[in-house]
Amino acid sequence: MSDKRIDLDTVRHIGRLSRIELTDEEVRTFSGQLAAIIGYFGKLQELNTDNVEPMAHAVELSDVFGDDVPQPSLTPGQALANAPQRDGDFFKVPKVIGDS
Amino acid sequence: MDLNAGIASGELSAEEAAKAYLAVIEATEPKVAAFNEVHAERALERARRTDSRRRSGDDIGPLGGVPVAIKAVLCTQYGKTTCSSKMLANFRAPYTAAAVEKIEEAGAIVLGKTNMDEFAMGSSTENSGFGVTHNPWDLDRVPGGSSGGSAAAVAARQCVAALGSDTGGSIRQPAAFCGVVGLKPTYGRVSRYGLVAYGSSLDQVGPMTRDVTDCALVSRAISGHDPRDSTSLPAEAPDYLASINTPMDGLRVGLPREFYSDALDAEVNQAIHSAAGVFRDAGAEVLEVSLPYSRIDRDAGGNLSSYAVACYYIVAMAEASSNLARYDGVHYGHRTARDVDDIIELYSRSRAEGFGQEVKRRIMLGTYTLSAGYYDAYYNKALKVRRLIKGDFDQAFKVCDIILCPAAPTVAFRIGEKAGDPLTMYLADIYTISVNLAGLPGLSLPCGLSRAGLPIGMQLIGPALSEETVLRAGRMFEKASGVARLKPPMIQGMAAN
Repeated sequence: MSDKRIDLDTVRHIGRLSRIELTDEEVRTFSGQLAAIIGYFGKLQELNTDNVEPMAHAVELSDVFGDDVPQPSLTPGQALANAPQRDGDFFKVPKVIGDS
Repeated sequence: MDLNAGIASGELSAEEAAKAYLAVIEATEPKVAAFNEVHAERALERARRTDSRRRSGDDIGPLGGVPVAIKAVLCTQYGKTTCSSKMLANFRAPYTAAAVEKIEEAGAIVLGKTNMDEFAMGSSTENSGFGVTHNPWDLDRVPGGSSGGSAAAVAARQCVAALGSDTGGSIRQPAAFCGVVGLKPTYGRVSRYGLVAYGSSLDQVGPMTRDVTDCALVSRAISGHDPRDSTSLPAEAPDYLASINTPMDGLRVGLPREFYSDALDAEVNQAIHSAAGVFRDAGAEVLEVSLPYSRIDRDAGGNLSSYAVACYYIVAMAEASSNLARYDGVHYGHRTARDVDDIIELYSRSRAEGFGQEVKRRIMLGTYTLSAGYYDAYYNKALKVRRLIKGDFDQAFKVCDIILCPAAPTVAFRIGEKAGDPLTMYLADIYTISVNLAGLPGLSLPCGLSRAGLPIGMQLIGPALSEETVLRAGRMFEKASGVARLKPPMIQGMAAN
């Protein structure tokens, strides 16, 4: 693996964007591992893709629609069955909207 | 299938068959550890119902009474659906995956859920949150991944067939390591409804079996259009079994010149070229083709280098970062028990506690390549390279009917051998990832054993929707070479199933 590292602040920033809390040790370990992998990704810059359209899907299906007819779905009970914290038909979460 | 025929004729009861396979599981699981959950009571109950339907003269289905295992990534309304992750350790799915519904409609008896790399991220099953599965051919070695549990279960004769999933090789590579047959269908051929998403433009469900004929049978059962999956192809799947033994006159087999560098283990290289010889002797034309954008080199540091691997991992990790955003400790899955100040902390702590290291790495890399300032250089660039990779296959299939190449660059490696360096592990996928990027069908089947007695797997790739051709070619190889239904030494002493 190369000696390149991503700076620790960038790793912490990515952690925040990913909504994953990282320990200081993880930040250090990831700074080396992620740099090596991102360095590897850089190989694609060797290729000329000037006149190439991006392809997100190998199979070119588009506009796949269903009839606008209601179908049976999950009951609130089923939908909430795995909820770590619930209050009746609601998922319970810490306050989202700030005081200001 | 012999077992299904025996049960349908009354020679053998489905209950006896289920009991026999459950007994094999009990005897071998302490060594193999292929299963996360075994649903013995449910399996026996369904087996008894199969027997009673048979006695009433009802059709028990083409897979009636056949014991199967399901990778933990597929939703079932019974038991848990964990993706072998602590994040979903207690998750009970409110619906059953389409592929599982279909295999049960065909009469199969589900014995349980198999171990995997967590959220399908890995090539060895060492990333499971619940422990490592051991390769039945050599218990110190990995079964491959991410469908390692399914591959090991079939190899150890704990079940007749299993379902796996394949995003970058996760059916084909473990099939090769465990000496079994595995098919990744054309993208869209098998419904992804109920398949927990990792890389949505790459994921497919597929069968893992002892031989190509069983693979055709299970494929037929699980394939077909599903209105619940908007990426499901409208084409109806043909009856793969009807044509499986039809000779293939004038079959043209392409060998991609870029795949046979010194990156490939010498024994694997030799086995693939011997396989080409088997096709030639059986009347096929073998020719060289070229897949320039899938080429494999060594860089200045001596490490394997491949545009396709870079392209695959950028795309897969970007899709994964999006797909795994749903695990937030709110709707289902692990929630931190710690006091939190706000919702962001709830998400961040729950995810930190529930996900393993590889999952965290991939989410973070995906987030990075999609973030402002990097999107064009990485993600958008990768999507352009993806089109180039597919273009290579389209060109190659103008001059050949199937492509023959290795399923993996080596035989099964030792447990712990590659665990230290993520990049080395990613390079285990060099022969499989292009096929997912291009959405093509790929069949992995054993072509021999190494000198040390470990299975070597070859891969047959076809144009989109050509599963019939690929399966027929695989069957042709089995008949001509005699390599089929390989048995690991550990089960050779056991009573014949």
